Amino acid sequence: MSVIVFTVILLFGSYFAGLLGSLTGLGGGVVIIPLLTLLLHVDIHYAIGASLVSVIATSSGSAAAYVKEGITNIRLGMFLEIATTAGAFTGAILAIYVSAPFIAVLFGVILIFSAIVSLREKVEQITHQKTFLAQKLKLGGRYPVNDELVEYGVSNIAGGFFMMLFAGVISGLLGIGSGALKVIAMDGVMRIPFKVSTTTSNFMIGVTAAASAVVYLQRGYIHPGLAMPVVIGVLFGAITGSKILVHTQSSTWLRWTFAIVVTFLAVQMIYNGITGKI
Amino acid sequence: MASPGKFKDKDMQVIIGWILRAGVILSMGIVFIGGVLFVYRHGHSIPDYRVFKGVPYFLRSNDGIIQGILSGKGQAIIQAGIILLIATPVIRVAFSAVGFIIEKDYLYTVITLVVLLILIGSMIYGKAG
Repeated sequence: MSVIVFTVILLFGSYFAGLLGSLTGLGGGVVIIPLLTLLLHVDIHYAIGASLVSVIATSSGSAAAYVKEGITNIRLGMFLEIATTAGAFTGAILAIYVSAPFIAVLFGVILIFSAIVSLREKVEQITHQKTFLAQKLKLGGRYPVNDELVEYGVSNIAGGFFMMLFAGVISGLLGIGSGALKVIAMDGVMRIPFKVSTTTSNFMIGVTAAASAVVYLQRGYIHPGLAMPVVIGVLFGAITGSKILVHTQSSTWLRWTFAIVVTFLAVQMIYNGITGKI
Repeated sequence: MASPGKFKDKDMQVIIGWILRAGVILSMGIVFIGGVLFVYRHGHSIPDYRVFKGVPYFLRSNDGIIQGILSGKGQAIIQAGIILLIATPVIRVAFSAVGFIIEKDYLYTVITLVVLLILIGSMIYGKAG
């Protein structure tokens, strides 16, 4: 396959990966890595590098829009970024000692888990609990609901922080945004309203990915010939996805279809990992 | 809860949004230009990404990348765009630190500097490793 053909295939493939990632809320990385490794037989280290770069592009691009709407909780994000960047750094170090098949299997497991999370009913919940730590750290905030500012509190900060550390390690090790884990930490553990959780998670993903990307960049994981079509394709796919989401209410059958596709990819990754084909 | 600095928080949101958008647009523009050059010059060669070999030698140092850009090498230009893209969230963190200093929120100045230190530590480790 010549560079032209390879680049064109990757541009289209990445566009659909970005679209799928955006529509499911899982992020482009979770689709691009199986595409590169299973279909195009790219070494998983190159795939992780290219995916990380695309994760930074999409999360920074969409965070720019969310931050202006005032839903993102910048202080909360900043505080939790201590955990995610430290975790991502650790993950990038661990990646040298971990074999490619193990990464593939772990990737599959996290992918299935994320697909299940994306199917969950999204219920807006608000806690008014004011813990000592949350007040000291000024983590609570207000966010707009139907043109009205609603106040919310934050609970179980230690638990959320620990979960973010784990999300960071996974992001650094697998080259994905691990948005699903971040949302669980905020919405499930810390009881933060869902909208604030997703936008703040998005805000944190770019910095988290940058912490491991600087290690991968210098280790030669980020190959320009590969990263170029991937980052362009994924970004435009994600833009299309967000436009579709604005115009349609998330339909149940659409989410199920995507969850099945993603689960299929996950099973393939696990199978190829176990049989040592990756 | 952050009512005293309400207006300044709003300013910070606008600036952060602007930095992120500018960083993404600029870096993607550079990646695109590099990509066109790369495909134009190497379109018919056969790439091999099946086995991990790292990146071409001239991309392994800053000097090499700068030399590459000057001689119009597409891959060097793409790599420069990618470095700018990776730097975008880091610049965002640095600006947040400045914002918190202006707001006189010293607790968050420290928190932000800790994040920045982790990022710098990661960069230094990457170079050494």
